[in-house]
Amino acid sequence: MIEVLDGVELEEIRDDFPLLQQKVHGKPLVYFDNAATSQKPRVVIDAMNDYYQRYNANVHRGIHALAERATKEYERAREKIAKFINAPSPESVIYTRGTTESINLVAYSWAMTNLKKGDEILTTFMEHHSNTVPWYQVCERTGAVIKRIELNPDGTLRLDDLDKLITDRTKLVTVTQQSNVLGTINPVRQIADAAHKRGAVVLVDGAQSVPHMAVDVQALDCDFFVFSGHKMCGPTASGVLYGKRALLEAMPPFMGGGEMIREVWFDHATYNDLPYKFEAGTPNIAESIGLGVAVDYLSHVGMDKIRQHEKQITQYALDRMREFPEITVYGPKDVEKRGGLVAFTLGDVHAHDIATFADEDGVAIRAGHHCAMPLHKKLGLAATARASFYLYNTREEVDVFIEMLHKAKKFFGACPTGRAMGY
Amino acid sequence: MLEELYEEIILDHYRRPRNKGKVDPSDIAAHGSNPLCGDEVDISARFQDGRIVELKFDGKGCAICTASASIMTQKLIGKTLPEARQLIGSFLNMMRGETSFGGKEMGDLKALEGVLKFPVRVKCATLAWNTTLQGFQQHTDKQS
Repeated sequence: MIEVLDGVELEEIRDDFPLLQQKVHGKPLVYFDNAATSQKPRVVIDAMNDYYQRYNANVHRGIHALAERATKEYERAREKIAKFINAPSPESVIYTRGTTESINLVAYSWAMTNLKKGDEILTTFMEHHSNTVPWYQVCERTGAVIKRIELNPDGTLRLDDLDKLITDRTKLVTVTQQSNVLGTINPVRQIADAAHKRGAVVLVDGAQSVPHMAVDVQALDCDFFVFSGHKMCGPTASGVLYGKRALLEAMPPFMGGGEMIREVWFDHATYNDLPYKFEAGTPNIAESIGLGVAVDYLSHVGMDKIRQHEKQITQYALDRMREFPEITVYGPKDVEKRGGLVAFTLGDVHAHDIATFADEDGVAIRAGHHCAMPLHKKLGLAATARASFYLYNTREEVDVFIEMLHKAKKFFGACPTGRAMGY
Repeated sequence: MLEELYEEIILDHYRRPRNKGKVDPSDIAAHGSNPLCGDEVDISARFQDGRIVELKFDGKGCAICTASASIMTQKLIGKTLPEARQLIGSFLNMMRGETSFGGKEMGDLKALEGVLKFPVRVKCATLAWNTTLQGFQQHTDKQS
């Protein structure tokens, strides 16, 4: 029996998020921009306030009581996060400011050291700019080249020739677990297995997956796994790089400073152990403690339940969007293969105009290329509108969104347009 | 409030854009985009005897971007380069809120005043104008 969020529990969850209890332009807020950032439950906000009001101190430095408590909470959060993604040890969980910083850490520390001219980085057309631009920078410096796995018409990855795409020159395969535009959930274990056969290292971008489904980094067998706290009920500027221990140990530090050293001499320094080697300077203490509490919150609700709830909301949204012959939805039709977001076009109405129209009704959606310009170029689109859901969203909110789309369609006089990649 | 943004004149220019397409051959051709939102515009123009005789825009933009580009082409055709630069400059000043909008003498341009109440949309309204200015600059650079 798959558990779902029932009405009472859903109401309780909504009550946990102070921000949701407001009106925008006189209408109840419908927050459908969760793929950009999620809202924060009261417990996370309180935990950060508690740190600042009662035990603010630097970590790993002081002998006094406050420093001891701050250090304990900071490390306790790391243990919780490690458990949440089933990392083998807390030392393999490095705190960062988010997905972007985590990927840059791997790019600058691991890739700049290990890649050379002619080496290949295999990626996809559906990556976020944060999993694209750092690799362009690596290629500029090292002479490595980018190759990409093609897309199927339904927005899934074309993996039938994966063994041919991964060659002896492939040093890194970097892929998102869930697309922030198509919603596609990628079979990262299958990709990791193919990459490991050729000795390539695998990085998985979990920014859109960890908030919405149970993730087990050991079961995925990825070498690096990265995600942000702010998309999973945690604070902004919290995030994680998980890495396999042997890789992390062999990597040079990314940034130099306090905390990451063991001893500093007149002309050289020796470095601290994992994970501190990669945490130079005073870290994001309040944010990391907040992320630990966000993990507690999500675990308490249950990740499988959250995934199930989002599947239902997404299915309902997709069904209702079929009322419009002018709407093209991108990505897989099957909610088993996609996460809880829907990127779409409404005929020839620009996404921007839809988003302004939505805002007037209190509905927050995203419009633009969602930091995935290569994907939009591949789809032949300048922009899409995107509604993205989370555990606190309801069917009634989807109804408000659909009603808004009907009004927008009438107002702008949408004309149907044929699109190659959507349906 | 939406009615102030999407005035009838704006919707008319959006649904039936004037001077949409490409001038070929052209004296200027410039491409502009708003990287955050996905508006893209191409401007092309031809001069004759020091005046703009043809000016067209192309691209994928929202209603505000498209209407503003359409209105702009109507305003600039027939102008000399200095006159066109001056008009663009004063429009951009108005969209920055530095000078106030004029009255009826502005014609269709007046309809864009409502955009000021939607700060995030101002860059949609100014894209074609900034791109044209860029095109003028490239043209001037080539000639000097």
